[in-house]
Amino acid sequence: MAFVTPESISDKYDVIVVGSGAAGGQSAYTLSMEGARVLMLEAGRKYDPRSETPMFQTPDMAPLRGAGTPDKPFGFYDATIDGGWSVPGEPYTNASSEKGRQFKWWRARMLGGRTNHWGRISLRNGPYDFKPRSRDGLGFDWPISYEDVAPYYDKVEMLIGVYGTNEGLENTPSSPEGVLLPPPRARIGELLARQRGRGLGIPVVPAHRAVLTRPLDHKRLPARLHPGNAKAQRILAEDMQGRAQCFWATPCGRGCSIRANYQSSTVHIPPALATGNLDIVSSAMAREITVGPSGRANGVTWIDKATGREHHASARAVVLAASACETARILLNSRPAGFPDGLGNSGGLVGKYIMDTVGASWGGYIPALEGLPPHNEDGAGGDHCYTPWWLYKEQLAGKLGFARGYHVEYTTGRQMPGAWGDYAKDDNGRTLYGPKLRGEARRYYGSYVVFTGRGEMIPNADSFCEIDPDVKDKWGIPVLRFHWKFSENETRQVAHMQRTFADWLAAMGSVRKDQPNPDGTAAIEPGGSIIHEVGGTIMGSSAANSVTNSWSQCWDVPNVVVADGGVFASNADKNPTLTIMALAWRASEHLLGELGRGNI
Amino acid sequence: MDAFDTPRMDRRSAIKWIMAAGAGAALLSRGRLLGAAAQARTAKGYGTDPDVMKASKPGDYWPLTLTPAERRAAAALCDIVLPAEGAVPGALGVGVPDFLDEWVSAPYPEQASDRTLVSGGLAWVDAESRRRFGSAYADASAEQRATLAAAMSPEAADGSEMAAPSAFFRRFRDLTAIGYYTTPDGMKDLGYVGNVPLATFDGPPADVVERLGLTDEVKW
Repeated sequence: MAFVTPESISDKYDVIVVGSGAAGGQSAYTLSMEGARVLMLEAGRKYDPRSETPMFQTPDMAPLRGAGTPDKPFGFYDATIDGGWSVPGEPYTNASSEKGRQFKWWRARMLGGRTNHWGRISLRNGPYDFKPRSRDGLGFDWPISYEDVAPYYDKVEMLIGVYGTNEGLENTPSSPEGVLLPPPRARIGELLARQRGRGLGIPVVPAHRAVLTRPLDHKRLPARLHPGNAKAQRILAEDMQGRAQCFWATPCGRGCSIRANYQSSTVHIPPALATGNLDIVSSAMAREITVGPSGRANGVTWIDKATGREHHASARAVVLAASACETARILLNSRPAGFPDGLGNSGGLVGKYIMDTVGASWGGYIPALEGLPPHNEDGAGGDHCYTPWWLYKEQLAGKLGFARGYHVEYTTGRQMPGAWGDYAKDDNGRTLYGPKLRGEARRYYGSYVVFTGRGEMIPNADSFCEIDPDVKDKWGIPVLRFHWKFSENETRQVAHMQRTFADWLAAMGSVRKDQPNPDGTAAIEPGGSIIHEVGGTIMGSSAANSVTNSWSQCWDVPNVVVADGGVFASNADKNPTLTIMALAWRASEHLLGELGRGNI
Repeated sequence: MDAFDTPRMDRRSAIKWIMAAGAGAALLSRGRLLGAAAQARTAKGYGTDPDVMKASKPGDYWPLTLTPAERRAAAALCDIVLPAEGAVPGALGVGVPDFLDEWVSAPYPEQASDRTLVSGGLAWVDAESRRRFGSAYADASAEQRATLAAAMSPEAADGSEMAAPSAFFRRFRDLTAIGYYTTPDGMKDLGYVGNVPLATFDGPPADVVERLGLTDEVKW
């Protein structure tokens, strides 16, 4: 079994997995390693980072020096292909043209999806994050707690490899001994931020990122991950030896040909394929789930993008891992008998409560970092340090004026110059040029620090997606129409971020004179910008308040499992990818049990 | 949601140039300005799945569209912005004019907007050079070229006579710097020493840590 065509698929699948990113990759991995026969549908093309990653290419080898364009929004060398906030032939709409009321929807039509280019930041939700309503009365509690998910965070961290440390900070869980890999040394700007943050009460600790700072322990980990499963252990041990440790060069956003970081296409898919239990059809645009006479799902209908022809495959269960909004779209477009408003939508909640991460930044030149002797700061191709949310007590005491927190990521240092660079400050109102520009560019290079806030958005009734009654994509599939609104909790949080960052930069010696706008509505990144789309099929304690149960199964159709961020009942400041994988592993394990027990 | 909308700025900023430039230059540049924007609209980009492993050079993905006169003016001006320094090549030595041409000829909105600014600016530079010195900018003496660059350097108030040339010069400087510092020579000059595989990552050198008084911070 391997990459197959619509004509060569089998008729004996246990599970169809729609999507191949963090959720689809993890689901296909867990299911196939434990013996289930899986068909994966991927809307994009086959993609192999081992041969397609531009590792050491410099910007002068790329058009426009690698600058971002509508074809490649994060630049020519970004790993995303056939993706972005707009995908040719695959539109979506927004209901309102009013400022701040739109959602930008990122798709990545390729094997591995968004995991190919993501920032690799891998943070666990903490205990508070699963019970937010119990703490402050806003949003929803999850029907599960941190303790339910913790064993799966452990497994995912061991499988993909995550560097970081256990710092014992509030609502920032530790991993068991021996799970995390050692973090890289801090860069000079990160050290300065740490020293000067201390006076402001802001902690700086090692980041958690899915990058191998040393090889995975292929002798010990496979047995912990697949106890009693000799075949899975052997496959994983072999695969882990095929992943090299980071060689401290090239940005992770390009992907990694030596498989030193996590992307579904290098970490989940290869061992899953090696089991012989996984088939993958690429260019397969899922349209709807089909339902049999029993009222249970019995397969998926998709369009082959190469031919425009419709195909169908059958299975005992369907795992939706298409990204939160695409999953809602598939459910809403599935209208078999008995489900006039869409599959799983008897409560009218499919598409409701979509969330993104709250984002804003502030940066400045730091004179202390100017003119430093050249040294290599490429490091692990992303953040070495970060700041977990640190004001829980102040917030609980009502001192902040907004609910829910943010963590801070930093951009510092002597990174590879790019087309987005700002190479010199100006000289008293004059555009600097000539020999003076050369000298000043040398002096300023590496001295610019940007703090970026990534905060929690509370789900609200004004942020949702539905089927646009008038618009179809080029495959004839009805598209999504978005509704969006941030609340004051988010805009005030953004104002707090920027004020904090300005104070922090000042403590580091920044001479930036302008001040952030105290009105956060001006600075908040538009909905969808941070590409942390979650919600839309949220999990809950009953069919009345949610789409999925605590095992990520649709209440209406228990053999349909949502493995992606759709099930998130809240969107903690922690980047969602690690939690998506942990929940996908957990849901897949439960599904295996149900299949084995004959309940599905 | 589909991209590639050409910014509505084009016609308006073209008219701004016509106000800023002398009447003769305006008549010369007006038709070509709008024509160039239209040409950029019809060219194709590199698409959403280009071969990222293959090195390319300006002109490979879309035709270069600066006129010979514009190329000469651009080359002369980028040599002023980043001249060679001893053995270190300047903007001309690393092919920045090709990059500038690729940039302003690209069929994407940001670049199409820069096209208007750059073509208008180069036309103004030549016209102003002829008015002041009696020759095209590239044919003026080194001193004359420097004089004109200096005239564009100060920030100019919106609506003032020099507003458009000043905005042009700033953007031209930024593009030249991008074109220069993203090359191996430019990176070296800046002090970028990465993009090489290493066995270990040891963090900042001890002398750098000490200089910033961060010795205690290194101990996590």
